[in-house]
Amino acid sequence: MGSARAHDLRTVLSGDDIARASRRIAHEIVEKAKGASDLVLLGIPTRGVTLAHRIGKAISEIEGVDVPVGALDITLYRDDLRLRPTRALEETSIPDVGIDGKIVVLVDDVLFSGRTIRAALDALNDVGRPAAVRLAVLVDRGHRELPIRPDYVGKNIPTSPTEKVRVRLSEIDDMDLVEISAGGEE
Amino acid sequence: MRHLLSAGDLDRDQALLILDTAAEMAALSDRSVKKLPTLRGRTVVNLFFEDSTRTRISFELAAKRLSADVINFAAKGSSVSKGESLKDTALTLEAMGADAVVIRHWDSGAPYRLAHADWIGGSVVNAGDGTHEHPTQALLDAYTMRRHLRDGKGALEGVRVAIVGDILHSRVARSNVLLLQTLGAEVTLVAPPTLLPIGMETWPCEVSYDIDSVLPKVDAVMMLRVQQERMQAAYFPTAREYSRLYGLNGDRMRLLPEHAIVLHPGPMNRGMEISAEVADSDRAVMVEQVANGVSVRMAVLYLLLGGAKELSE
Repeated sequence: MGSARAHDLRTVLSGDDIARASRRIAHEIVEKAKGASDLVLLGIPTRGVTLAHRIGKAISEIEGVDVPVGALDITLYRDDLRLRPTRALEETSIPDVGIDGKIVVLVDDVLFSGRTIRAALDALNDVGRPAAVRLAVLVDRGHRELPIRPDYVGKNIPTSPTEKVRVRLSEIDDMDLVEISAGGEE
Repeated sequence: MRHLLSAGDLDRDQALLILDTAAEMAALSDRSVKKLPTLRGRTVVNLFFEDSTRTRISFELAAKRLSADVINFAAKGSSVSKGESLKDTALTLEAMGADAVVIRHWDSGAPYRLAHADWIGGSVVNAGDGTHEHPTQALLDAYTMRRHLRDGKGALEGVRVAIVGDILHSRVARSNVLLLQTLGAEVTLVAPPTLLPIGMETWPCEVSYDIDSVLPKVDAVMMLRVQQERMQAAYFPTAREYSRLYGLNGDRMRLLPEHAIVLHPGPMNRGMEISAEVADSDRAVMVEQVANGVSVRMAVLYLLLGGAKELSE
Protein backbone atom coordinates (compact mmCIF):
# COMPACT_ATOMS: atom_id res chain seq x y z
CA MET A 1 0.00 0.00 0.00
CA GLY A 2 0.99 3.61 -0.55
CA SER A 3 2.13 4.57 2.95
CA ALA A 4 3.96 1.34 3.71
CA ARG A 5 5.81 1.59 0.44
CA ALA A 6 6.50 5.28 0.56
CA HIS A 7 10.25 4.70 1.01
CA ASP A 8 10.29 2.95 -2.37
CA LEU A 9 9.48 6.24 -4.11
CA ARG A 10 12.48 7.72 -5.84
CA THR A 11 12.45 11.26 -7.21
CA VAL A 12 14.11 11.37 -10.62
CA LEU A 13 13.17 14.88 -11.77
CA SER A 14 12.53 17.86 -9.53
CA GLY A 15 10.36 20.82 -10.42
CA ASP A 16 13.43 22.77 -11.58
CA ASP A 17 14.59 19.81 -13.68
CA ILE A 18 11.20 19.67 -15.39
CA ALA A 19 11.26 23.41 -16.10
CA ARG A 20 14.78 23.22 -17.56
CA ALA A 21 13.93 20.15 -19.65
CA SER A 22 10.81 21.77 -21.14
CA ARG A 23 12.74 24.93 -21.97
CA ARG A 24 15.49 22.92 -23.64
CA ILE A 25 12.92 20.92 -25.63
CA ALA A 26 11.33 24.22 -26.75
CA HIS A 27 14.73 25.42 -28.01
CA GLU A 28 15.41 22.14 -29.81
CA ILE A 29 12.00 22.16 -31.50
CA VAL A 30 12.53 25.70 -32.80
CA GLU A 31 16.08 24.89 -33.91
CA LYS A 32 15.06 21.83 -35.87
CA ALA A 33 11.99 23.53 -37.41
CA LYS A 34 14.04 26.65 -38.22
CA GLY A 35 11.54 28.93 -36.55
CA ALA A 36 8.05 28.57 -35.15
CA SER A 37 5.90 29.55 -38.12
CA ASP A 38 4.71 26.09 -39.20
CA LEU A 39 4.61 24.47 -35.77
CA VAL A 40 1.54 22.91 -34.15
CA LEU A 41 1.89 21.28 -30.74
CA LEU A 42 -0.54 18.49 -29.86
CA GLY A 43 -0.52 17.10 -26.35
CA ILE A 44 -1.79 13.64 -25.50
CA PRO A 45 -4.18 13.84 -22.51
CA THR A 46 -3.88 14.36 -19.70
CA ARG A 47 -0.38 15.51 -18.76
CA GLY A 48 0.87 15.66 -22.32
CA VAL A 49 -1.55 18.53 -22.91
CA THR A 50 -0.21 20.43 -19.91
CA LEU A 51 3.36 19.90 -21.12
CA ALA A 52 2.41 20.99 -24.65
CA HIS A 53 1.05 24.27 -23.28
CA ARG A 54 4.23 24.84 -21.26
CA ILE A 55 6.46 24.13 -24.25
CA GLY A 56 4.24 26.29 -26.45
CA LYS A 57 4.61 29.16 -24.00
CA ALA A 58 8.38 28.73 -23.93
CA ILE A 59 8.54 28.78 -27.74
CA SER A 60 6.46 31.96 -27.81
CA GLU A 61 8.93 33.58 -25.45
CA ILE A 62 11.88 32.47 -27.58
CA GLU A 63 10.46 33.35 -30.98
CA GLY A 64 7.94 36.04 -30.11
CA VAL A 65 5.08 34.33 -31.98
CA ASP A 66 2.18 32.32 -30.62
CA VAL A 67 2.34 28.61 -31.37
CA PRO A 68 -1.00 26.80 -31.80
CA VAL A 69 -1.41 24.19 -29.04
CA GLY A 70 -4.10 21.51 -29.01
CA ALA A 71 -5.02 18.15 -27.54
CA LEU A 72 -5.30 14.79 -29.25
CA ASP A 73 -7.16 12.02 -27.42
CA ILE A 74 -6.14 8.61 -28.68
CA THR A 75 -8.61 6.45 -26.72
CA LEU A 76 -10.67 5.52 -29.78
CA TYR A 77 -7.50 4.39 -31.59
CA ARG A 78 -6.01 2.22 -28.83
CA ASP A 79 -5.10 -1.38 -29.61
CA ASP A 80 -6.03 -2.63 -26.14
CA LEU A 81 -9.63 -1.38 -25.98
CA ARG A 82 -11.00 -4.88 -25.76
CA LEU A 83 -8.70 -5.93 -22.96
CA ARG A 84 -10.17 -3.52 -20.42
CA PRO A 85 -13.51 -2.03 -19.46
CA THR A 86 -14.66 0.86 -21.62
CA ARG A 87 -12.63 4.00 -21.08
CA ALA A 88 -14.05 7.49 -20.87
CA LEU A 89 -12.91 9.81 -23.66
CA GLU A 90 -10.65 12.80 -23.09
CA GLU A 91 -10.84 16.08 -24.92
CA THR A 92 -9.58 16.46 -28.47
CA SER A 93 -9.09 20.01 -29.71
CA ILE A 94 -7.32 20.64 -32.97
CA PRO A 95 -6.22 24.28 -33.38
CA ASP A 96 -8.16 26.23 -36.01
CA VAL A 97 -5.16 26.41 -38.34
CA GLY A 98 -5.45 22.64 -38.76
CA ILE A 99 -2.49 20.33 -39.26
CA ASP A 100 -2.28 20.09 -43.05
CA GLY A 101 1.24 20.99 -44.18
CA LYS A 102 2.30 21.82 -40.61
CA ILE A 103 5.06 20.40 -38.48
CA VAL A 104 3.14 18.60 -35.76
CA VAL A 105 4.95 17.93 -32.50
CA LEU A 106 3.23 15.29 -30.38
CA VAL A 107 3.85 15.84 -26.68
CA ASP A 108 3.47 13.18 -23.99
CA ASP A 109 4.73 12.80 -20.46
CA VAL A 110 6.16 9.27 -20.52
CA LEU A 111 7.26 7.16 -23.49
CA PHE A 112 7.05 3.45 -22.68
CA SER A 113 5.79 0.77 -25.09
CA GLY A 114 5.19 3.26 -27.91
CA ARG A 115 1.64 2.03 -28.41
CA THR A 116 0.12 5.35 -27.40
CA ILE A 117 2.19 7.09 -30.07
CA ARG A 118 1.19 4.48 -32.65
CA ALA A 119 -2.45 5.27 -31.83
CA ALA A 120 -1.72 9.01 -32.01
CA LEU A 121 -0.22 8.61 -35.49
CA ASP A 122 -3.38 6.79 -36.59
CA ALA A 123 -5.54 9.54 -35.12
CA LEU A 124 -3.47 12.23 -36.86
CA ASN A 125 -4.00 10.43 -40.13
CA ASP A 126 -7.75 11.01 -39.80
CA VAL A 127 -7.33 14.68 -38.94
CA GLY A 128 -5.14 15.73 -41.83
CA ARG A 129 -1.76 15.41 -43.52
CA PRO A 130 1.05 17.15 -41.66
CA ALA A 131 4.34 17.95 -43.41
CA ALA A 132 6.14 16.14 -40.59
CA VAL A 133 5.31 14.60 -37.23
CA ARG A 134 7.77 14.76 -34.35
CA LEU A 135 7.66 13.45 -30.83
CA ALA A 136 8.58 15.19 -27.58
CA VAL A 137 8.43 13.38 -24.23
CA LEU A 138 9.41 14.42 -20.74
CA VAL A 139 10.59 10.94 -19.77
CA ASP A 140 11.74 8.05 -21.94
CA ARG A 141 11.74 4.96 -19.77
CA GLY A 142 12.55 2.43 -22.49
CA HIS A 143 10.90 -0.97 -23.12
CA ARG A 144 9.61 -0.12 -26.58
CA GLU A 145 7.29 -2.66 -28.21
CA LEU A 146 7.08 -0.83 -31.53
CA PRO A 147 9.66 0.82 -33.78
CA ILE A 148 9.05 4.32 -32.43
CA ARG A 149 11.63 6.78 -31.12
CA PRO A 150 11.33 10.28 -29.67
CA ASP A 151 12.89 13.38 -31.26
CA TYR A 152 13.07 15.39 -28.05
CA VAL A 153 13.56 13.84 -24.62
CA GLY A 154 13.53 15.56 -21.25
CA LYS A 155 15.38 12.72 -19.58
CA ASN A 156 16.18 9.11 -20.37
CA ILE A 157 15.43 7.05 -17.28
CA PRO A 158 16.30 3.37 -17.33
CA THR A 159 13.58 1.43 -15.54
CA SER A 160 12.56 -2.14 -14.97
CA PRO A 161 9.31 -3.05 -16.72
CA THR A 162 7.47 -3.48 -13.43
CA GLU A 163 8.40 -0.09 -12.02
CA LYS A 164 5.93 2.77 -12.27
CA VAL A 165 6.86 6.23 -13.45
CA ARG A 166 4.64 8.93 -12.07
CA VAL A 167 4.69 12.43 -13.53
CA ARG A 168 3.11 15.18 -11.45
CA LEU A 169 2.50 18.64 -12.89
CA SER A 170 1.39 21.59 -10.82
CA GLU A 171 -1.60 22.46 -13.06
CA ILE A 172 -3.10 19.05 -12.22
CA ASP A 173 -1.30 17.71 -9.15
CA ASP A 174 -0.24 20.88 -7.25
CA MET A 175 3.47 20.16 -7.73
CA ASP A 176 6.07 19.41 -10.37
CA LEU A 177 7.79 16.09 -9.81
CA VAL A 178 8.70 12.83 -11.54
CA GLU A 179 9.10 9.81 -9.31
CA ILE A 180 9.59 6.10 -9.75
CA SER A 181 8.01 3.52 -7.50
CA ALA A 182 8.88 -0.15 -7.31
CA GLY A 183 6.46 -2.34 -9.21
CA GLY A 184 4.57 -5.35 -8.05
CA GLU A 185 1.87 -3.42 -6.25
CA GLU A 186 -1.86 -3.78 -7.00
CA MET B 1 -23.44 -1.05 -18.55
CA ARG B 2 -24.24 -3.94 -20.87
CA HIS B 3 -27.63 -2.95 -22.31
CA LEU B 4 -29.52 0.30 -22.79
CA LEU B 5 -33.16 -0.55 -22.24
CA SER B 6 -34.62 2.34 -20.28
CA ALA B 7 -33.59 5.92 -19.60
CA GLY B 8 -34.57 5.13 -16.01
CA ASP B 9 -31.72 2.61 -15.70
CA LEU B 10 -29.13 5.36 -16.07
CA ASP B 11 -27.84 7.03 -12.96
CA ARG B 12 -26.61 10.60 -13.12
CA ASP B 13 -22.96 9.67 -13.68
CA GLN B 14 -23.78 7.23 -16.47
CA ALA B 15 -26.04 9.76 -18.19
CA LEU B 16 -23.35 12.44 -17.98
CA LEU B 17 -20.72 10.01 -19.25
CA ILE B 18 -22.87 9.36 -22.33
CA LEU B 19 -23.42 13.09 -22.92
CA ASP B 20 -19.72 13.92 -22.46
CA THR B 21 -18.71 11.07 -24.76
CA ALA B 22 -21.23 12.29 -27.33
CA ALA B 23 -19.66 15.76 -27.19
CA GLU B 24 -16.28 14.29 -28.14
CA MET B 25 -17.92 12.22 -30.89
CA ALA B 26 -19.58 15.39 -32.24
CA ALA B 27 -16.20 17.10 -32.51
CA LEU B 28 -15.01 14.23 -34.70
CA SER B 29 -17.80 14.77 -37.21
CA ASP B 30 -16.19 18.07 -38.23
CA ARG B 31 -13.17 16.22 -39.58
CA SER B 32 -12.50 15.36 -43.18
CA VAL B 33 -12.35 11.65 -42.36
CA LYS B 34 -15.48 10.99 -40.30
CA LYS B 35 -14.56 7.50 -39.32
CA LEU B 36 -12.99 5.87 -36.29
CA PRO B 37 -11.48 2.37 -36.13
CA THR B 38 -12.87 1.74 -32.64
CA LEU B 39 -15.49 -0.95 -33.33
CA ARG B 40 -13.74 -2.64 -36.23
CA GLY B 41 -14.75 -6.28 -36.45
CA ARG B 42 -17.87 -5.84 -34.34
CA THR B 43 -21.31 -6.46 -35.78
CA VAL B 44 -24.34 -4.32 -34.99
CA VAL B 45 -27.77 -5.56 -36.07
CA ASN B 46 -30.57 -3.07 -36.55
CA LEU B 47 -33.63 -5.18 -35.80
CA PHE B 48 -36.59 -3.03 -36.75
CA PHE B 49 -40.06 -4.51 -36.38
CA GLU B 50 -41.67 -1.14 -36.83
CA ASP B 51 -41.23 1.45 -39.56
CA SER B 52 -38.64 4.04 -38.77
CA THR B 53 -36.36 5.84 -41.12
CA ARG B 54 -34.58 8.43 -39.04
CA THR B 55 -33.81 6.28 -36.00
CA ARG B 56 -32.59 3.41 -38.13
CA ILE B 57 -30.33 5.48 -40.35
CA SER B 58 -29.08 7.38 -37.31
CA PHE B 59 -28.02 4.12 -35.63
CA GLU B 60 -26.65 2.83 -38.91
CA LEU B 61 -24.53 5.94 -39.44
CA ALA B 62 -23.35 5.89 -35.82
CA ALA B 63 -22.23 2.26 -36.09
CA LYS B 64 -20.57 2.83 -39.45
CA ARG B 65 -18.65 5.87 -38.20
CA LEU B 66 -17.18 3.60 -35.54
CA SER B 67 -16.29 1.02 -38.24
CA ALA B 68 -18.72 -1.64 -37.02
CA ASP B 69 -20.36 -3.91 -39.58
CA VAL B 70 -24.06 -3.12 -39.79
CA ILE B 71 -26.86 -5.45 -40.74
CA ASN B 72 -30.33 -4.02 -41.22
CA PHE B 73 -33.06 -6.46 -40.40
CA ALA B 74 -36.51 -5.07 -41.17
CA ALA B 75 -39.53 -7.11 -40.20
CA LYS B 76 -41.36 -6.33 -43.41
CA GLY B 77 -40.44 -8.78 -46.15
CA SER B 78 -38.44 -10.90 -43.72
CA SER B 79 -38.95 -14.15 -41.90
CA VAL B 80 -40.98 -12.24 -39.30
CA SER B 81 -43.76 -11.64 -41.80
CA LYS B 82 -43.69 -15.40 -42.34
CA GLY B 83 -44.48 -15.93 -38.68
CA GLU B 84 -41.10 -16.25 -36.99
CA SER B 85 -41.05 -15.52 -33.27
CA LEU B 86 -38.80 -12.99 -31.58
CA LYS B 87 -36.93 -15.86 -29.97
CA ASP B 88 -36.10 -17.58 -33.25
CA THR B 89 -35.08 -14.29 -34.83
CA ALA B 90 -32.81 -13.66 -31.85
CA LEU B 91 -31.26 -17.11 -32.03
CA THR B 92 -30.56 -16.57 -35.72
CA LEU B 93 -28.82 -13.26 -35.01
CA GLU B 94 -26.83 -14.85 -32.20
CA ALA B 95 -25.69 -17.61 -34.55
CA MET B 96 -24.48 -14.94 -36.95
CA GLY B 97 -22.39 -13.38 -34.19
CA ALA B 98 -24.13 -10.09 -33.47
CA ASP B 99 -22.28 -8.06 -30.84
CA ALA B 100 -25.17 -5.65 -30.39
CA VAL B 101 -28.82 -5.68 -31.37
CA VAL B 102 -30.57 -2.35 -31.79
CA ILE B 103 -34.23 -3.18 -31.55
CA ARG B 104 -37.36 -1.22 -32.41
CA HIS B 105 -40.52 -3.18 -31.65
CA TRP B 106 -44.23 -2.43 -31.56
CA ASP B 107 -44.58 -4.28 -28.23
CA SER B 108 -43.58 -2.51 -25.03
CA GLY B 109 -40.98 -4.63 -23.27
CA ALA B 110 -39.66 -6.54 -26.29
CA PRO B 111 -36.09 -5.20 -25.78
CA TYR B 112 -36.22 -6.21 -22.12
CA ARG B 113 -37.30 -9.72 -23.11
CA LEU B 114 -34.52 -9.90 -25.69
CA ALA B 115 -31.92 -8.75 -23.15
CA HIS B 116 -32.96 -11.01 -20.29
CA ALA B 117 -34.13 -14.21 -21.96
CA ASP B 118 -30.59 -15.53 -22.48
CA TRP B 119 -31.13 -15.89 -26.22
CA ILE B 120 -28.24 -13.66 -27.20
CA GLY B 121 -24.88 -12.83 -25.67
CA GLY B 122 -24.49 -9.32 -27.06
CA SER B 123 -25.75 -5.94 -25.94
CA VAL B 124 -29.31 -4.81 -26.53
CA VAL B 125 -30.16 -1.18 -27.30
CA ASN B 126 -33.78 -0.12 -27.11
CA ALA B 127 -34.56 2.01 -30.16
CA GLY B 128 -38.20 2.43 -29.19
CA ASP B 129 -40.60 -0.19 -27.85
CA GLY B 130 -44.35 0.27 -28.21
CA THR B 131 -45.54 3.10 -25.98
CA HIS B 132 -42.85 2.37 -23.40
CA GLU B 133 -39.43 3.96 -23.94
CA HIS B 134 -36.99 5.43 -26.42
CA PRO B 135 -33.86 6.14 -24.34
CA THR B 136 -31.51 7.36 -27.08
CA GLN B 137 -34.09 9.98 -28.09
CA ALA B 138 -34.18 11.26 -24.51
CA LEU B 139 -30.37 11.34 -24.46
CA LEU B 140 -30.16 13.36 -27.66
CA ASP B 141 -32.85 15.74 -26.38
CA ALA B 142 -30.91 16.22 -23.14
CA TYR B 143 -27.71 16.70 -25.14
CA THR B 144 -29.40 19.36 -27.29
CA MET B 145 -30.83 21.19 -24.25
CA ARG B 146 -27.48 21.07 -22.49
CA ARG B 147 -25.75 22.60 -25.51
CA HIS B 148 -28.20 25.49 -25.75
CA LEU B 149 -29.03 26.10 -22.11
CA ARG B 150 -25.98 24.96 -20.13
CA ASP B 151 -23.11 25.65 -22.53
CA GLY B 152 -22.61 21.94 -23.19
CA LYS B 153 -21.44 21.11 -19.69
CA GLY B 154 -22.73 19.40 -16.57
CA ALA B 155 -26.29 18.34 -15.89
CA LEU B 156 -29.58 20.17 -16.34
CA GLU B 157 -30.22 21.38 -12.79
CA GLY B 158 -33.06 23.88 -12.74
CA VAL B 159 -33.83 23.69 -16.44
CA ARG B 160 -37.60 23.83 -16.92
CA VAL B 161 -38.98 21.70 -19.73
CA ALA B 162 -42.53 21.41 -21.05
CA ILE B 163 -43.47 18.29 -22.98
CA VAL B 164 -46.64 18.91 -24.95
CA GLY B 165 -48.98 16.55 -26.73
CA ASP B 166 -49.74 12.86 -26.90
CA ILE B 167 -48.13 11.73 -23.65
CA LEU B 168 -50.30 8.60 -23.53
CA HIS B 169 -48.74 6.96 -26.56
CA SER B 170 -45.35 8.60 -26.32
CA ARG B 171 -42.27 6.57 -25.49
CA VAL B 172 -40.29 9.76 -26.06
CA ALA B 173 -42.14 11.48 -23.21
CA ARG B 174 -41.59 8.56 -20.81
CA SER B 175 -37.88 8.34 -21.48
CA ASN B 176 -37.51 12.11 -21.29
CA VAL B 177 -39.33 12.40 -17.96
CA LEU B 178 -37.05 9.74 -16.45
CA LEU B 179 -33.80 11.10 -17.83
CA LEU B 180 -34.58 14.78 -17.22
CA GLN B 181 -35.47 13.95 -13.63
CA THR B 182 -32.12 12.17 -13.21
CA LEU B 183 -30.32 15.20 -14.63
CA GLY B 184 -32.12 17.61 -12.31
CA ALA B 185 -34.51 19.30 -14.74
CA GLU B 186 -38.10 20.16 -13.89
CA VAL B 187 -40.64 18.71 -16.29
CA THR B 188 -44.21 19.77 -16.94
CA LEU B 189 -46.38 17.60 -19.14
CA VAL B 190 -49.07 19.43 -21.08
CA ALA B 191 -51.88 17.50 -22.75
CA PRO B 192 -55.62 17.07 -22.86
CA PRO B 193 -56.76 14.66 -20.10
CA THR B 194 -57.59 12.00 -22.69
CA LEU B 195 -53.97 11.87 -23.84
CA LEU B 196 -52.47 11.42 -20.37
CA PRO B 197 -51.82 7.92 -19.04
CA ILE B 198 -53.41 6.51 -15.89
CA GLY B 199 -51.14 6.49 -12.84
CA MET B 200 -49.39 9.74 -13.66
CA GLU B 201 -49.35 10.79 -9.99
CA THR B 202 -46.26 8.64 -9.49
CA TRP B 203 -44.32 10.31 -12.32
CA PRO B 204 -41.68 12.80 -11.19
CA CYS B 205 -43.26 15.77 -12.98
CA GLU B 206 -46.04 18.35 -13.04
CA VAL B 207 -49.10 18.11 -15.25
CA SER B 208 -51.05 20.92 -16.86
CA TYR B 209 -53.95 21.18 -19.30
CA ASP B 210 -53.20 24.78 -20.23
CA ILE B 211 -50.26 25.36 -22.55
CA ASP B 212 -50.50 29.18 -22.47
CA SER B 213 -49.88 29.33 -18.72
CA VAL B 214 -46.88 26.98 -18.95
CA LEU B 215 -44.94 28.43 -21.88
CA PRO B 216 -43.78 31.71 -20.24
CA LYS B 217 -42.08 29.69 -17.48
CA VAL B 218 -40.00 27.18 -19.44
CA ASP B 219 -36.51 27.05 -20.99
CA ALA B 220 -37.39 24.38 -23.53
CA VAL B 221 -40.61 23.08 -25.01
CA MET B 222 -40.83 19.70 -26.64
CA MET B 223 -43.72 19.16 -29.04
CA LEU B 224 -44.80 15.55 -29.55
CA ARG B 225 -46.26 14.21 -32.74
CA VAL B 226 -49.93 13.29 -32.69
CA GLN B 227 -49.61 9.59 -33.43
CA GLN B 228 -52.53 8.94 -35.74
CA GLU B 229 -51.44 5.34 -36.19
CA ARG B 230 -51.88 4.59 -32.49
CA MET B 231 -55.24 6.32 -32.13
CA GLN B 232 -57.99 3.80 -32.54
CA ALA B 233 -60.33 5.73 -30.26
CA ALA B 234 -61.43 9.36 -30.33
CA TYR B 235 -59.04 11.19 -28.02
CA PHE B 236 -60.08 14.66 -29.12
CA PRO B 237 -63.02 15.99 -31.16
CA THR B 238 -61.18 17.23 -34.25
CA ALA B 239 -57.64 17.77 -35.39
CA ARG B 240 -58.35 21.49 -35.71
CA GLU B 241 -59.52 21.74 -32.13
CA TYR B 242 -56.41 19.92 -30.92
CA SER B 243 -54.22 22.20 -32.96
CA ARG B 244 -55.97 25.30 -31.61
CA LEU B 245 -55.71 24.20 -27.95
CA TYR B 246 -52.35 22.42 -27.88
CA GLY B 247 -50.51 23.25 -31.09
CA LEU B 248 -47.47 25.53 -31.01
CA ASN B 249 -48.00 28.46 -33.35
CA GLY B 250 -46.16 31.74 -33.79
CA ASP B 251 -48.23 33.63 -31.18
CA ARG B 252 -47.66 30.94 -28.56
CA MET B 253 -43.96 30.76 -29.38
CA ARG B 254 -43.72 34.47 -28.50
CA LEU B 255 -44.94 33.62 -24.98
CA LEU B 256 -41.69 31.72 -24.40
CA PRO B 257 -38.75 33.46 -22.69
CA GLU B 258 -36.16 34.92 -25.07
CA HIS B 259 -33.65 32.07 -24.66
CA ALA B 260 -36.10 29.16 -24.84
CA ILE B 261 -35.76 26.51 -27.53
CA VAL B 262 -38.32 24.34 -29.33
CA LEU B 263 -37.70 20.62 -29.78
CA HIS B 264 -39.57 17.95 -31.70
CA PRO B 265 -38.57 14.29 -32.00
CA GLY B 266 -39.84 14.16 -35.58
CA PRO B 267 -41.41 13.43 -37.91
CA MET B 268 -43.43 16.65 -37.60
CA ASN B 269 -47.00 17.18 -38.67
CA ARG B 270 -46.81 20.79 -39.77
CA GLY B 271 -50.08 22.56 -39.07
CA MET B 272 -51.07 20.01 -36.44
CA GLU B 273 -48.92 20.12 -33.30
CA ILE B 274 -46.49 22.69 -34.70
CA SER B 275 -47.01 25.50 -37.22
CA ALA B 276 -44.68 26.09 -40.14
CA GLU B 277 -43.70 29.44 -38.67
CA VAL B 278 -42.41 27.76 -35.50
CA ALA B 279 -40.84 24.83 -37.32
CA ASP B 280 -38.83 27.19 -39.52
CA SER B 281 -37.94 29.70 -36.80
CA ASP B 282 -34.44 29.96 -35.39
CA ARG B 283 -35.65 28.71 -32.01
CA ALA B 284 -36.49 25.34 -33.51
CA VAL B 285 -33.56 22.93 -33.08
CA MET B 286 -34.97 19.92 -34.94
CA VAL B 287 -32.21 19.71 -37.52
CA GLU B 288 -29.62 19.90 -34.78
CA GLN B 289 -31.42 17.15 -32.88
CA VAL B 290 -30.88 14.85 -35.84
CA ALA B 291 -27.13 15.58 -35.94
CA ASN B 292 -26.88 15.20 -32.16
CA GLY B 293 -28.70 11.88 -32.45
CA VAL B 294 -25.80 10.41 -34.42
CA SER B 295 -23.26 11.62 -31.84
CA VAL B 296 -25.29 10.28 -28.91
CA ARG B 297 -25.76 6.90 -30.58
CA MET B 298 -22.04 6.72 -31.35
CA ALA B 299 -21.42 7.35 -27.66
CA VAL B 300 -23.86 4.64 -26.60
CA LEU B 301 -22.42 2.07 -29.01
CA TYR B 302 -18.87 2.92 -27.94
CA LEU B 303 -19.67 2.67 -24.24
CA LEU B 304 -21.52 -0.64 -24.70
CA LEU B 305 -19.15 -2.29 -27.17
CA GLY B 306 -15.84 -0.44 -26.89
CA GLY B 307 -14.35 -2.29 -23.96
CA ALA B 308 -13.89 -5.84 -22.81
CA LYS B 309 -17.07 -7.88 -22.77
CA GLU B 310 -18.77 -7.90 -19.41
CA LEU B 311 -19.31 -11.52 -18.59
CA SER B 312 -21.96 -11.08 -15.98
CA GLU B 313 -24.42 -8.36 -15.23
